[in-house]
Amino acid sequence: MDKNISFTLRVWRQRGPKEKGEFKQYYMEDIPGDTSFLEMLDILNEKLINRNEEPIVFDHDCREGICGMCSLYINGHPHGPATGATTCQIYMRRFQDGDTITVEPWRSAGFPVIRDLMVDRRAFDKIMAAGGYVSVNTGGVPDANAIPIPKKAADEAMDAAACIGCGACVAACKNGSAMLFVSAKVSQLALLPQGKVEAKRRVKAMLAKMDELGFGACTNTRACEAECPKCVSISNIARLNRQFIGAKLSD
Amino acid sequence: MWLFNSSVGKKLVMSITGLALILFLTFHMSMNCVALFSAEGYRFICEFLGANWYAIVGTIGLALLMVIHFVYALWLTLTNQKARGNQRYAVTARPKGVEFASRNMFVLGLIVVLGLTLHLFNFWAKMQLVELGGGVPGDGVDLIRFTFSKWYFVLLYLVWLGALWFHLTHGFWSAIQTIGWSNTKWFVRWKWIGYICVTLLILGFVGVLVSYFCYETFHWTFLSSLFGGLAQ
Ligand code: HEM
Ligand code: SF4
Ligand code: FES
Repeated sequence: MDKNISFTLRVWRQRGPKEKGEFKQYYMEDIPGDTSFLEMLDILNEKLINRNEEPIVFDHDCREGICGMCSLYINGHPHGPATGATTCQIYMRRFQDGDTITVEPWRSAGFPVIRDLMVDRRAFDKIMAAGGYVSVNTGGVPDANAIPIPKKAADEAMDAAACIGCGACVAACKNGSAMLFVSAKVSQLALLPQGKVEAKRRVKAMLAKMDELGFGACTNTRACEAECPKCVSISNIARLNRQFIGAKLSD
Repeated sequence: MWLFNSSVGKKLVMSITGLALILFLTFHMSMNCVALFSAEGYRFICEFLGANWYAIVGTIGLALLMVIHFVYALWLTLTNQKARGNQRYAVTARPKGVEFASRNMFVLGLIVVLGLTLHLFNFWAKMQLVELGGGVPGDGVDLIRFTFSKWYFVLLYLVWLGALWFHLTHGFWSAIQTIGWSNTKWFVRWKWIGYICVTLLILGFVGVLVSYFCYETFHWTFLSSLFGGLAQ
C-alpha cells in the first residue's frame, strides 16, 4: 500500500474565456498514493459541491491514456511529471507529503480557456478536417494482405499514429507551435501506400490551416517531444518539412 | 509566395541564410588562421580581397544574408510570441533534451549583431571602407596586433564568440531539420557533426585572438614559435 499524503493545490480558476483568472489554493488531506490525479480532483470537487462552491472544470474522458482529453499543466509540465504518460495516468504517489502542486490549463493563443482548466482544442479538429484523412471510394473490404507494406514503414506509421491529439506539444512549446501534432498526422498517412496518393495536397492543406489558426513556427527546441505522452518523435517534423518543401517546389 | 506566408517557408529562409553564413564564417576563420603562421601570407590575403570587385560583391551578399536572416528572425520571434499568447505559465520547467541555446536564439543573435558592429568598426571601417573612399587601407596584421593588445576588446570578442558558439551549435542541426534532411538516426549524427564543426570553427577564431593577446601582452614567444609566423 502507498502511504497517504497531504498537500496544497494551487489551481487556476477562470469563469470564462474573457474573464480574468486567478490561482485558488486548496488543502488536501490524507490522499492515498494510489489515487490518480483526476480522482484526487474528483474528491476535491465533491467537497466543493458539498460546500456549495463551483466545482473545478477540467477535461477528461477515457481515463486510460487513449482519448487525449485530459490536459492539465502540472508543476511546469503538460501531463505532469511523468514521461510517456497522460494526466489521467499520473498517481499521487509521485508527489511528496507537504508539496505545493500548481495546476494550470494549457496556455497558448490557439487554445483559449473555456473555463478553469478546460481549453478549446477545436483548432486541432479544423486541421484534421483540412486534410488529415484518406479519400476512399467505398466498396468491398479489401483483403488485409493485398497491399504489402514494409515493416519499417508500418512501424513508423504506427508510432506517428500513437498521437492522441491532446495538445501537450502546443502547451509545451515556447512558440505555441502545433508542428508535432500536424507532423504526426501527416506522417501516419504519408508513410503508407493508401496515404501517399494525396500526400502533397494533404501536407500543404494541413500546414496552411495550422498557420491560419495562429499557431507558431517551429524552432526545434524539442520541448514537444519531451512532453508528448505518446513520445512522438521530432523526426516526424523533419518529414513534414521535407514533404512540404518538396510539394511546394514541385508546384 | 510560400517563403513569405507559410511557417515552414519562413523557417527555410532562416535555415538557408544561416547555413550560408556558417559557410562564410568557415572561410573567414581559415583566412584568419593564416595570420598565425605567416604575417606576409595574411597581408597577401588582405590585399587580394581589399576593395576589388569580387570582395565588394561578397560584402554586399553577406550584408544581404545578414539583413534577411535578421528580419526573418525578428518576424518569426514576434509572431511566435503572439502564438504563445499573453497568459504565461506560473511554473515552468525545462524538459530534458531542450538546449539552452534553442530557447534563446534571438537574444544570442542580438549579441552576435552587437559583436559584429564592434568588429566592423575595428577592422572593416579601417580597411575596405577606407579603400573604397580612395584612401590607403590599414595593415591587417597591425590592426590585429592593435585590437588584441587591448584586454577589453579580447574580452568582448570572447563573449561574442561564445554567443556565436551557442547560436550555431543549435542552429546547425536546426537548419538541417528545417530543410527536412533528418530522421531519428541522422538527428544524432547531425548534432554531433554540428557540435564538432562549430567548436573547431570557434576555436579557430579564439586561437588567433588568444595567441596575439599573449604575444602582445606577455611577449610570450611560446605560441609564436609554435605557429612560426606571429606578427612578423
Ligand atoms: C554570423 C551570424 C549568424 C549565423 C551564422 C547564424 C546561423 C543560424 C542558423 C544556422 C540558424 C538555424 C536555422 C534554422 O533553425 O532553420 C539560425 C537561426 C536563428 N538565428 Fe541566426 N545566425 C547568425 C546571426 C543571427 C542574428 C544576427 C540573429 C538576430 C537576432 C539571429 C537570430 C536567429 C534566430 C531567431 C533563429 C531562429 C532559431 C530557430 O528557428 O531555430 N541569428 N541562425
Ligand atoms: S504529438 Fe503528442 S503531445 Fe502532441 S497532440 Fe499528439 S500525443 Fe499530444
Ligand atoms: S482521459 Fe483519456 S487520455 Fe486521459
